[in-house]
Amino acid sequence: MTEIRRIRRADPTFPALLAAIHDPPSALFLRGSGSPTLLSEPSVAVVGARSCSSYGRAVGRMLGRELARAGLVVVSGLARGIDGEAHRGALEAGGTTVAVLGCGVDRDYPAAHAELARRICERGLVVSEYEPGVEPAPWRFPARNRIIAGLAQATVVVEARERSGALITADFALEEGREVLAVPGEITSALSAGTNALLRLGATPVTRAEDVLDALGIAPRAPSEPEVGETAAALLARLRDGALTGDELARASGLDPAAVSVALVELELAGLVTLDDGVARALPASV
Amino acid sequence: MPRVRRVVARAVTHALVGLEPRKVEVEAHLQPGVPGFAIVGLADRACQEAKHRVRSGVLSASLQWPLNRRLTVNLAPAALRKEGSGFDLPISLAVLAATRQVPAERLAGHAAVGELALDGRIRPVAGALAVAEGARRAGIERVVCAAPSAPEVALAGVKPVPVSHLCEAVAYLRGEIDAPHYEPFAEDALDGAYVPDLADVRGQERGRRALEITAAGGHNLLLSGPPGTGKTMLARRLPGILPPLTRDEALEVTRIHSVAGLLPPERPLVTVPPFRAPHHGASAPAVVGGGSSPRPGEVSLAHRGVLLLDELPEFRRDVLESLRQPLEDGVVWVARVGGNVRFPARFQLVGTMNLCPCGARGDPAVECSCTPQRLAAYRERLSRALLDRFDLAVSMPRPRAAELAAPPGEPSSVVRSRIEAARERLRSEPPRRTEAASALLSDAVDRLPLSGRGRLRVARVARTIAALAGSPLVEEAHVAEALSYRLPAELPS
Repeated sequence: MTEIRRIRRADPTFPALLAAIHDPPSALFLRGSGSPTLLSEPSVAVVGARSCSSYGRAVGRMLGRELARAGLVVVSGLARGIDGEAHRGALEAGGTTVAVLGCGVDRDYPAAHAELARRICERGLVVSEYEPGVEPAPWRFPARNRIIAGLAQATVVVEARERSGALITADFALEEGREVLAVPGEITSALSAGTNALLRLGATPVTRAEDVLDALGIAPRAPSEPEVGETAAALLARLRDGALTGDELARASGLDPAAVSVALVELELAGLVTLDDGVARALPASV
Repeated sequence: MPRVRRVVARAVTHALVGLEPRKVEVEAHLQPGVPGFAIVGLADRACQEAKHRVRSGVLSASLQWPLNRRLTVNLAPAALRKEGSGFDLPISLAVLAATRQVPAERLAGHAAVGELALDGRIRPVAGALAVAEGARRAGIERVVCAAPSAPEVALAGVKPVPVSHLCEAVAYLRGEIDAPHYEPFAEDALDGAYVPDLADVRGQERGRRALEITAAGGHNLLLSGPPGTGKTMLARRLPGILPPLTRDEALEVTRIHSVAGLLPPERPLVTVPPFRAPHHGASAPAVVGGGSSPRPGEVSLAHRGVLLLDELPEFRRDVLESLRQPLEDGVVWVARVGGNVRFPARFQLVGTMNLCPCGARGDPAVECSCTPQRLAAYRERLSRALLDRFDLAVSMPRPRAAELAAPPGEPSSVVRSRIEAARERLRSEPPRRTEAASALLSDAVDRLPLSGRGRLRVARVARTIAALAGSPLVEEAHVAEALSYRLPAELPS
């Protein structure tokens, strides 16, 4: 494990955005190879529910990837579900990402994300206001959320129930006057109740990664849809109308299941489709 | 030099150590003295109780039981443990020879195996095939056995003397009657056990395709999905599309099933790949084999066939971990104080599992109520090491109503002919990977969560797919399809 560094509020490297919030931490502990100045670079928080749907997972991953590709630092909380997907997406794009913990940075919490934390540390940072060795505790997480919101210029909530920790992050962001965006979900799904409520209150809806860039005033790069074969393109067009299982795709397109599998892997490798529990889902057209 | 008095008579039989027969000489000795009957030579409980069955059987057959004599039966070699009731018949024949009711010289040319009923009838015992193979190796040409055991004895290449009653055995050995007639069964005419047909499965084309690849390449398959999508139904149809066993394989499988006492009398030779589906409450010795006198477990009973572990995560962790070694080596070694016993266990593993403990994940109609912790705990029950042994993983989502109304799929016989062709191709000239296909595979390793072992498995599955397609080369499309059956990354991390 790399050495744990500490930056105090008075240090010049302490992120200005975070210092500007109403109760900034007195110091931050950093783990990872990333420079402390990483925390001052343009960044977006991508947060959401721990128990999320495959839709939420796919969107979280896509946003992490596309925002990192656009050069933004992706900030999240290393939790299971959306947080983890956002970090993974950013890593997939070869970008940098920052995980903010509600415990000491030497604690891998949750334990299942120990490997993810290690990969984040290769280029990015794992940060916390707590001393190394501090145990995770439920009452520390809201405080952690204020740092996530404080570091980022904008906060995107991907999927959240009505009473979700992600909404606390959004509240902090609103209090500090930062941009809050939310990903619309099905109005019948309890998992989207929180995000839909945010939208009702006036949060900017996110239907593509460009929406986030627009909100930050960053010009998106020219869209470049990866080239795929004819069959794959036809299946992608069908999937844009809604997620389908492999068998449903085969029946709808008249192709045999082997050909569908081949095309789906092609689309997956091109980053246009995710496969989750046998259901193929088209990702929103990328930046 | 004192003269040897002919008061000792011998009969030959075989005891089983695992699947291996060991020659046992049954010696009966009569001497004047206080009347008594003792069996020595590490005989177990069932074997000790032979005393009562033998005495009643002999008397029921209107033969003489030695009166006013001390009778000792020794099972040699004395250091080998003897188990079961198959010694009844050789013990009674040795006693009858010692009392000169059966000619000892004639008995010497025979081996014997069978259990005695109190009325003198002879019952079949498990493992007759292996016992008869022991007789053949010992150069004995005839085996006296119960009538239902005769087909097994004949399979071993020795002549069965099927007898239904001790009287019949005695009359035969005395030369009063000819050997009871044994009609060899026609091996070609054996119809296999009923195996469900693939035509019953409607929809689930992807699952069917994966099953076909599994059968063609001898791979292991993991099926996951919400309850009621036909995972188990599909798995049960795998043996039906596997090629029938060759004669050598059939003998090998039959020997194991004979020792386990599972051979149905109407089908003395197992010609179709066996199918075993132990319940998830099974213990590790029941699954891999064991016990103080080692017996084959489910993995060995599934040798050359299919082992289905339905609801994989419900199995005990130690049971699942104990599968890793037989999956790798195709054989189980059971170590006991008395030595190692080897059971063959080359089987294809099919596992099924839900996507979460409540079962709702993957079902669009229901919302999953599992907490992340519960979900993680469920998935952690399967070690990565075990999951890595599955070559193909397929998610089977819930079919819509329209899918169930689909016409029946291809019958097993049609699929099997393709599989036989593919297996022949894999044997004679396995397809080689093109450079483009190798490049795709390397690219996938970079971009998808795919381990080194995962890469190896994808490459093997791709070769099977190419063989099924009749292609001499493994092309990009074959690798791409194989990639679609890789283990999902979010299964235990």
